[in-house]
Amino acid sequence: MNAFVKGLIVPGIPHPLLAPDQNPGWQQLADGFAAAREDLQAAKPDVLLIYSTMWPSVIGHQIQAHPEPEWVHVDELFHALGSIPYKFRIDTEFAHAYQQAATARNLHARTVAYDGFPIDTGSVVALKLLNPNNEIPACIVSSNMYADRAETIVLGKAANDALLAQGKTAAAVSVMTLSNRLFTDWIEPHEDRIHSGKDEEWNQKLLEFLADGRLEDCAQLSREIHRQIRINKVVNFKPFWWLTSAMGAHNRYEGKVHAYAPLFGTGGAVVSLTPSPHGIGDKEFDEDDVEVYGGDRNVLNTAQTAGSDVPAATPPTPAVSPTTTPAPPAAGTVRTNKAPAPVGAYPHARQVGDLLYLSGCGPRQPGTDAIPGGAIRDENGDPATYDIKAQTRAVIENIKVILEASGAALEDVIDVTAFLVDMDRDFKGYNEVYAEYFTDIQATRTTLAISALPTPIAVELKVIAKP
Amino acid sequence: MADGKKGAIVAGFMAPHPPHLVYAENPPQNEPTAECGWEPLRWAYERARGDLANLEYDTIIVLSAHWQTYVGNHFLGVPHFKSKSVDPIFPNLFRYHYELNVDVDLARAICQNGADDGLVTTMMENPDFRVDYGTIVSCHMMNPDWNKPIVGISSCRSASYYNVEVMQEQAIALGNATRRAVEASGKRVVLLASNSLSHRHFTTESEVPEDMSREHIYNHNQYLWDMQMIERIRSGRTREMIDMMPEFISQSISECDAGGLSWMMGAMNFPNYPAEFYGYGTVIGTGNVVAGWFPTKQDAEAAK
Repeated sequence: MNAFVKGLIVPGIPHPLLAPDQNPGWQQLADGFAAAREDLQAAKPDVLLIYSTMWPSVIGHQIQAHPEPEWVHVDELFHALGSIPYKFRIDTEFAHAYQQAATARNLHARTVAYDGFPIDTGSVVALKLLNPNNEIPACIVSSNMYADRAETIVLGKAANDALLAQGKTAAAVSVMTLSNRLFTDWIEPHEDRIHSGKDEEWNQKLLEFLADGRLEDCAQLSREIHRQIRINKVVNFKPFWWLTSAMGAHNRYEGKVHAYAPLFGTGGAVVSLTPSPHGIGDKEFDEDDVEVYGGDRNVLNTAQTAGSDVPAATPPTPAVSPTTTPAPPAAGTVRTNKAPAPVGAYPHARQVGDLLYLSGCGPRQPGTDAIPGGAIRDENGDPATYDIKAQTRAVIENIKVILEASGAALEDVIDVTAFLVDMDRDFKGYNEVYAEYFTDIQATRTTLAISALPTPIAVELKVIAKP
Repeated sequence: MADGKKGAIVAGFMAPHPPHLVYAENPPQNEPTAECGWEPLRWAYERARGDLANLEYDTIIVLSAHWQTYVGNHFLGVPHFKSKSVDPIFPNLFRYHYELNVDVDLARAICQNGADDGLVTTMMENPDFRVDYGTIVSCHMMNPDWNKPIVGISSCRSASYYNVEVMQEQAIALGNATRRAVEASGKRVVLLASNSLSHRHFTTESEVPEDMSREHIYNHNQYLWDMQMIERIRSGRTREMIDMMPEFISQSISECDAGGLSWMMGAMNFPNYPAEFYGYGTVIGTGNVVAGWFPTKQDAEAAK
């Protein structure tokens, strides 16, 4: 299910906003923005969500959450074109929901809500031209400079998660040029043209795809586009990846190229994509789909293995920054940094009526993902020695933490479902440790043998409590 | 030449700009506050400030990696700026209220010299312009009283558009244009190259940003490359350092791609004497050096 009713591709270079009268192409782009604005108003999205290639971030992804950011912006390169005063309306509830949804998919994300935060030129241009009266509340997400395809795709999916959780629809806006090769000397406005014939050929190919609604095909070409017509300003070319994953990764759109013109040598295009059952259809996709970000080789979070026998068998989980300002959990959901991060789009627990349901919980350690007692497989996938008692104890301690974060205690547990990957080998040890904690509690219990768990662990427990 | 007196570059500093250093100093201009953090680098800056305090100078010229321009180099061209700088990457650490004066005459002279030499140079004259945080951090760390005017120069991104060799050729030419403008001005100036050495960041942050148990170089390769550069800085082999730059930048994702260090070395005619080395430290995984070259002091030593 997808909550995006419209996708837009727009350029972030300020000429269509500040100097449309100086060049017919810049005017065409300004007119293209106006046409896209009409499209947008007809689609009536609840949120205008912008992914800007001109807002790079380093610490995961940042999501603008100031309710009314206000400033007089000046572009660092085209400052002579003039100043851009702005005051935007941000959907802060959505911003927080997006941050939570991204975190649930194992991304590092935080909201930013600081007076004077420098919103990038691309976002400013897009919002001024697409949403001049702030009729649609907006949200802006950064482009992490180190992120590659997997991380960016998961970020797109998290946007849809957040919309569905809030029951909202949105228009997704990728701020990007097609070819991005600027002139490196000043030109007169009438001299503007696409920087090279090669850039022009690639731009035309992309426009042909987009007019046919082949967004996913463009995304599959992103690496090649990057090699062919992009200057490496921010590492890799991500906006197609984000846009297609946010909207569902397919080629079923009605595409409309509202305008295409040179912007100081780059290829500026205003394109709208409307989901349609009559699109060109899907062909084979060369690259894998990704649901959950597996983390990068971040030394910060693997330091726990130094001098220890504890293997970090699963990808490290980014720590949550103190500047993250999560919104109150929606509809009774509970998430806590003190328990291992979920490996999918689910909370640690959810209260429904008098009962508290916990998601299945394993022994991974919060923040590090280390597995007490060792992983059941080594890094080559071969069986490894592990201690079921240590794993079981860690599982129950994690459950205690989640219960406490939910305002409950282990004593409140009324039902337990246990999953073991090797009943013959592990039942005895698991049962002994279980008894240490649950003998007096007397929760009902079911123990199942299963073939595997999502991470290399031997035991997982799912509990229901009545606080 | 003002009053017939020949101007001079009296010092050049490697002055990296991690906002963490200002954050950890807790100056009144910055909104967030810290318990501590990155002391080896802050002590290095403290020593550099001490040496700077012993110099007579008129203006600080800073080339910042965080004013990024794709059409040549730009120069701050408004006499006075007062605003708030919020780091777009670490806004939790750096929200700094600044007020500074610009030596517009000297900026214009360098800009003109550069253009005469075939470089693309532009004066930035929009009064609403927000000065980049790299400039603010480097200038604050060297002169927290802000009692000297600055010349702010942008980083031309020719390393991205062409390659490091082209960037260096342009940056060194800009250095020559800077030196000639300084000499003609009759002023005594200090140069700041505002950039790190190796520049791969961690993509997560400690729960307490100043938790120094988490701070270290991003990887061993970066450290080795940083040490290669430092060896040359400490031994006065700056030509060699510049010659190594293409490989250094590609291997360590160095922020020297901004051109600041190449510009400063060009302006100072590639010092062949050891720098005063104040310190090396990492900030969120990147490698940073504070070091200074003092040509006039060197000349005085040589004259003995």
